[in-house]
Amino acid sequence: MAYLDTSMGSGRDLRFADKLKAMDWTFLLLVILIACIGFAMLFSVANGSLNPWASRQMVRFAIGLVIFFIVAFTDIRVWMDMAYPFYFAVLVLLIAVDFVGVTGMGAQRWLKLGPIQIQPSEIMKIAVVMALARYFHGITLDQVSRPLFLIPVFAMIGIPMVIVLRQPDLGTAALLGATGVALLFLAGLKFRIIFTSLFLAIPAGYVAWTYVLLDYQKERIFTFLDPSRDPLGAGYNIIQSIIALGSGGLFGKGYMQGSQAQLDFLPEKQTDFIFTMLGEEFGLVGGAFLLGLYVVVLGYGIAYALQSKNHFGRLLAMGICVNFFLYLFINAAMVMGLLPVVGVPLPLVSYGGTAMMTLMFGFGLLMSVHIHKNTDAPRSTVSLW
Amino acid sequence: MLHVRDTDRYDSFTRRTIIVAAGGSLLVTGLLARMYQIQVLEEEKYATLADKNRVSVQLVPPLRGKIFDRFGVELAKNRKNFRVLIIPAQTQDIDEALDALSQYIEISDTKRKKILRTAKRQSKFSPITVAQNMEWDKFARINIFGPSLSGIQPDAADTREYPYGSLFSHVLGYVAAVNEKEAKSNPVLMLPDFRIGRAGVEQSSELQLRGEAGNISQEVNAYGRVIRELDREEQTPGKDLVLTIDTDLQQYSMDRLSEVDSGAAIVMDTKTGDILSLVSAPGFDPNEFNVGLSQETWDALNNDQFKPLYDKAVKGEFPPGSTFKMVVALAALEAGVISPNEWISCYGAVTLGNGKFHCWKRGGHGAVNMRSSIKKSCDVYYYEVAKRLGIDAIEEMAYRFGFGQTYDFGIPGEADGLVPSKGWKIANFGEKWQQGETLIAGIGQGYLLATPLQLAVMTARLANGEEQVRPRIIRSIGAKPVPIEPAAPLRIEPEHLAIVRDGMNAVSNEQGGTAYWSSRMEGEGFTLAGKTGTAQVRRITRAERAQGVKKNEDLPWKYRDHALYVAYAPVENPRYAISVFVEHGGSGSKAAAPVARDIMQKVLEKDPLGVEPFQPVADSGNRSKNT
Repeated sequence: MAYLDTSMGSGRDLRFADKLKAMDWTFLLLVILIACIGFAMLFSVANGSLNPWASRQMVRFAIGLVIFFIVAFTDIRVWMDMAYPFYFAVLVLLIAVDFVGVTGMGAQRWLKLGPIQIQPSEIMKIAVVMALARYFHGITLDQVSRPLFLIPVFAMIGIPMVIVLRQPDLGTAALLGATGVALLFLAGLKFRIIFTSLFLAIPAGYVAWTYVLLDYQKERIFTFLDPSRDPLGAGYNIIQSIIALGSGGLFGKGYMQGSQAQLDFLPEKQTDFIFTMLGEEFGLVGGAFLLGLYVVVLGYGIAYALQSKNHFGRLLAMGICVNFFLYLFINAAMVMGLLPVVGVPLPLVSYGGTAMMTLMFGFGLLMSVHIHKNTDAPRSTVSLW
Repeated sequence: MLHVRDTDRYDSFTRRTIIVAAGGSLLVTGLLARMYQIQVLEEEKYATLADKNRVSVQLVPPLRGKIFDRFGVELAKNRKNFRVLIIPAQTQDIDEALDALSQYIEISDTKRKKILRTAKRQSKFSPITVAQNMEWDKFARINIFGPSLSGIQPDAADTREYPYGSLFSHVLGYVAAVNEKEAKSNPVLMLPDFRIGRAGVEQSSELQLRGEAGNISQEVNAYGRVIRELDREEQTPGKDLVLTIDTDLQQYSMDRLSEVDSGAAIVMDTKTGDILSLVSAPGFDPNEFNVGLSQETWDALNNDQFKPLYDKAVKGEFPPGSTFKMVVALAALEAGVISPNEWISCYGAVTLGNGKFHCWKRGGHGAVNMRSSIKKSCDVYYYEVAKRLGIDAIEEMAYRFGFGQTYDFGIPGEADGLVPSKGWKIANFGEKWQQGETLIAGIGQGYLLATPLQLAVMTARLANGEEQVRPRIIRSIGAKPVPIEPAAPLRIEPEHLAIVRDGMNAVSNEQGGTAYWSSRMEGEGFTLAGKTGTAQVRRITRAERAQGVKKNEDLPWKYRDHALYVAYAPVENPRYAISVFVEHGGSGSKAAAPVARDIMQKVLEKDPLGVEPFQPVADSGNRSKNT
């Protein structure tokens, strides 16, 4: 039955030159432009110095570019085959963090592998997307809404979520969950089921609040609701962030002239609050420009998804887009006081290695989907299924 | 050609992708709307908050005005106070910072506890004083190692210094910390270690001496560390004061009074009322009040029976005794109730109704006229004069000579004494005035109360003869001379004054005068005319008088009489008036007169009024740049 599909579509392998030609250079240019904005902000954070952040970020981005090309030029079917093994490998790493992880910023997130530190939870975000895309690719539209077929979906989303929550890292867990749910929606889960579960989410939320959330997480939510409640403690960051953004005005205070950021009133400005710094120094115009760039990149991603002729590629592309969007939305909304402070970086701009690598890996997959848009894949060609 | 079902799921995927994209667009629009709200609509509010964050306005304490004596000697100046401050915001752990600091200076456990307590109470950006008034070498070491000590800030502030210590304690007063209630009225007063005048000239001229604070606007970072200076307004130093006091004379008076334990002495210019010296002994060291008094010192000062904290010169009240007799005599002459040549017989006592009024001399003085009544200080003579005069005339003359009033001349807390009257008696006791009380008032006893300052004023007016001179202690403020207010005329017949002055001359310069042995001056042309006084502090009972009045030496110190002496000099064309009060000194002639004579000897030798006084220059060296 499954082999029926193989004969159809273009199953032939693309040559390297074809791939180079199919590659969307405009997309890459946009990504580089956003990364450069990031370098400029990191330069400003360090008071006009490449050290300690901008230079390292550049090196990471360069490595990220290499990853991007390798991933992009790899056949989409390879990624399809790799989806489950990759997911399990990352899951193992994630569990390993629990035992041998390094604690940072109040949570156990880091794993030391030789000279480099990695954050398995970051990589998990892509791994989940790949595994889910692979899974939905292999089942029919009807099957998506069948309870029996939903069990593996919830397992694939739920297991890493629980592990990440235990670290405890609310932001990443929420991102994982949201990405998974978005994929489920895109795969065609019936609206009836969606509305029913939304209704059930209310008591579930109560249980989560009472038994799952830790005090510091609740504190963040309280403070989000009313930052002035603790102006010198948990609310301090968000108050200073809004002051910085607001005082930036329409055109900003000028590059490296943001008093809030430069005088250290703004916390964690090289990571989570880098968008605030941009808003302070370049104003509404600067912030809107960056958001615009993100939207254009997302537009390309969505176009790739819609153009792809295999379901794995479509879901993979959209999953990556959703993940990317959630990152930037949560980060921006957080620094503007619309969401609680959950420690989600601004993609491509915030200082951080694993996030950068994961992102470039994701963009590589996106480009792979685009390059191999005509590569059809049968519903089940894979040895593991 | 695709599988039918696959086409379904592709169409479904496309629809759902559009839904997701639409949802995403909505969220991005939300972000932009929020950015518009805070960056455009509320920009001004947040711009103000950002400036408030970044700009710290610090007051620069004004340099307090200096105080000079009449010849330009510095009586109060400013010295550098080398302090070490700790700013909790700039250190991770105050305890650790103090440990590191204790390599250089000693920090006691109580001090450490106090610092930690203060740190908990106030903003972490407010500096706390760890040590002050440090020696230069210790301070210098901390200055060198300071940068490696987190949160520690060496600082050289200005603080008050009184080079003469206790000598001027009751003239200058002292400066001390501001209390919380006062501090609310003025932000300058909230500066750490700010001091304000608490007594004496420091208090009365506080506003002139204080000056105006400057301010520095600084850009600070989130840790309170100064990044750069934005704006600076220099402080305006307080105005310098020049007093009428002569330090030499003050010193001599203090030395001389110290020999009698407790008392006061005031020397005045009879023409201008300028006070050349004003001493209340013992004094206290005002420097200790500035630095911070220890409990032991405070207790010692408070428990001292000679009351060093109490300014006896302007606050001490007691009956003026016989020094009041000149006022009664002049009242009588002016009223014409007695002729200066009328002789009154003194048998040692007179009776009035049921009362018996004694003269200090047990056997009596025999026949006494006005001149000899002053010379010998006959009480019986004044009983008779007072009886003829009535209390109203005495009261009027007492006010004319400066009793019963304050002068507000620059030393706060002056007592106004008491001149009794009929109305006063009714108001305070609800009883009619008794004639016996007039008799008692005639010899300066009874209800009558005066201060050493008032006695000096009385003497100056007697010597002046024409004006009701008023005391003055501040010659100039900020190089601007303080004008001598035109004094009211004294309105006394010159020949009446001459008679009384002649009597005073006889007291000191004629054999038989009450102070001939104790106040006659030695030396060519050195003369003074004075009057003794003895203020009784206890009532002598009839029983005691029958057995013989106890001698002062036999009584405990605090029951002995106060000794008084007033004088002016020279006898001809007098320029100086003096009043001396020796607390529980016994008799005026024995205890007070020699002190007055010695001080006056010193005055006439130096003749400070004949020496060109200090002329302060406007904006003198005091306007140094504050560091």
